[in-house]
Amino acid sequence: MIDTINTYVLPALLIIGQSLLFLVVLLVLIAYILLADRKIWAAVQMRRGPNVVGPFGLFQSFADLLKFVLKEPVVPASSDKIVFLLAPLVAVTLALATFAVVPVADGWVIADINIGILYVFAISSLEVYGVIMGGWASNSKYAFLGALRSAAQMVSYEVSIGFVIVTVLLCVGSLNLTDIVLAQGTGLGTMIGLPGSFLDWHWLPLFPMFVIFFISALAETNRPPFDLPEAESELVAGFMVEYGSTPYMMFMLGEYAAITLMCCLMTILFLGGWLPPFDFIPFTWVPGFLWFLIKVAFCFFLFAMVKAFVPRYRYDQLMQLGWKTFLPLSLAAVIITAFVVQIFGWGAAAS
Amino acid sequence: MLGLQATFFYFFALIAVGGGLMVVFSRNPVHSVLFLILTFVAAAGLFLLTGAEFLALILVVVYVGAVAILFLFVVMMLDLDMGRMKKGALKYAPFGAIIGLALLAQLVIALSGSYLAPSTATTLATPMPIPPLDQVTNIEALGQVLYTRYILFFQIAGLILFVAMIGAIVLTLRHKEGVRRQSIPVQVARNPKTAIEIVKVESGRGL
Repeated sequence: MIDTINTYVLPALLIIGQSLLFLVVLLVLIAYILLADRKIWAAVQMRRGPNVVGPFGLFQSFADLLKFVLKEPVVPASSDKIVFLLAPLVAVTLALATFAVVPVADGWVIADINIGILYVFAISSLEVYGVIMGGWASNSKYAFLGALRSAAQMVSYEVSIGFVIVTVLLCVGSLNLTDIVLAQGTGLGTMIGLPGSFLDWHWLPLFPMFVIFFISALAETNRPPFDLPEAESELVAGFMVEYGSTPYMMFMLGEYAAITLMCCLMTILFLGGWLPPFDFIPFTWVPGFLWFLIKVAFCFFLFAMVKAFVPRYRYDQLMQLGWKTFLPLSLAAVIITAFVVQIFGWGAAAS
Repeated sequence: MLGLQATFFYFFALIAVGGGLMVVFSRNPVHSVLFLILTFVAAAGLFLLTGAEFLALILVVVYVGAVAILFLFVVMMLDLDMGRMKKGALKYAPFGAIIGLALLAQLVIALSGSYLAPSTATTLATPMPIPPLDQVTNIEALGQVLYTRYILFFQIAGLILFVAMIGAIVLTLRHKEGVRRQSIPVQVARNPKTAIEIVKVESGRGL
């Protein structure tokens, strides 16, 4: 009996506790990321942004949460009701489920599995179902058109994201996210004799891939300039036009969770995760998860700035960029990286 | 350990079988595809239980993340009338039964090989020293076999898929005359000299 408790019940409770703690921190972070998005956008346009609820508008997201939850969810009469309500659940669950393998600091991860990055890729390839189910179940042509656009866009850019991830994996030789971060302790900087610094991280040797990943991440999460699914001038609000109140909030939450995940992935794959930018005293005092947070915030700042000053792409240009530019480029990069790793023995063999 | 594994096995197996049945019995074709996706996910769960984590996630990425989405696209876009489609369904029942039986027979033959002739099955299965899974990861073990011993089959499979893809493109490609396409280099290369024509118009004459 004690054996069962020690082997099953205690670890299960521990994992549940960790997950809950992670989830609460993550949701609060997402609330502030949403606020930051609006504040940065406002600052670029020389507005003030939300500034009424709480000091500097800091509680705006929580006020919005209450507003959404307290409203009546309207389900269209001719919609497919089960699928209609299932879609936002799918979107938000999948978006949050990916965080199970994200290492925030050395050893600070809920599930340290061998194939972490593949798990992230697999789950985020399912996120399109929330969109497509929501669009179809609404039984409205605007929602359906928005869903089709969004799904086609997400599927297209997933391919180049996959190849970019493969180039990183070739350099690291492991699919474990912790290993990917630790492998960035040595790199270009240490090769030429410098102490460990931000020059070792993957963004420098794989810079073109970093750029492709960033742009593909914008498209994958339906962020401007690729926000055609919700192009409000043509499609009202895209696939979520029939949604209101809590289901709508869940779609928004799923979207921002996906954006946060993409920022985390950029941090882990290219910006050295929790590693400090300089590997000596004042910087190593700062705990790892703070560096991780700072890097994620930096990535999100890039996301927000792009939203603020880049005009929207046309749909055929979007597809052209994905299939005719990024796909060949990233495919070529995979082959070149494989050759370099194999011939010069850099990356997997060096670390 | 066994109890937990068995519980999860029955959980996923029940979902897979139930989902499979609902694929056939649900009235709405879109619901059928959604149940098919559920079945795929449950199958991925079964793979995970056997320790084939790589296969499980590849199943999710390829089948659920790509193939099933195309299914869903097609089924949503088609104007399907299930009542009309079910009318002629009985005509095709024998063919369906034959295909089902052939697949079942293949499965039985493949599985019974290890019971009827255990010696041949073991020599076929382990001609190559695969390192135990507690030393290398799933992917490493799979890659070491796939890219050495089975490289020919791997390449042939890739070639077949490639030919199928090109075939699909050739079948659907149509050259339309008179379509105005955007050429970005031409647009970028325009300058005031090539883009603007300055005409002096005498007053009272027009062009």
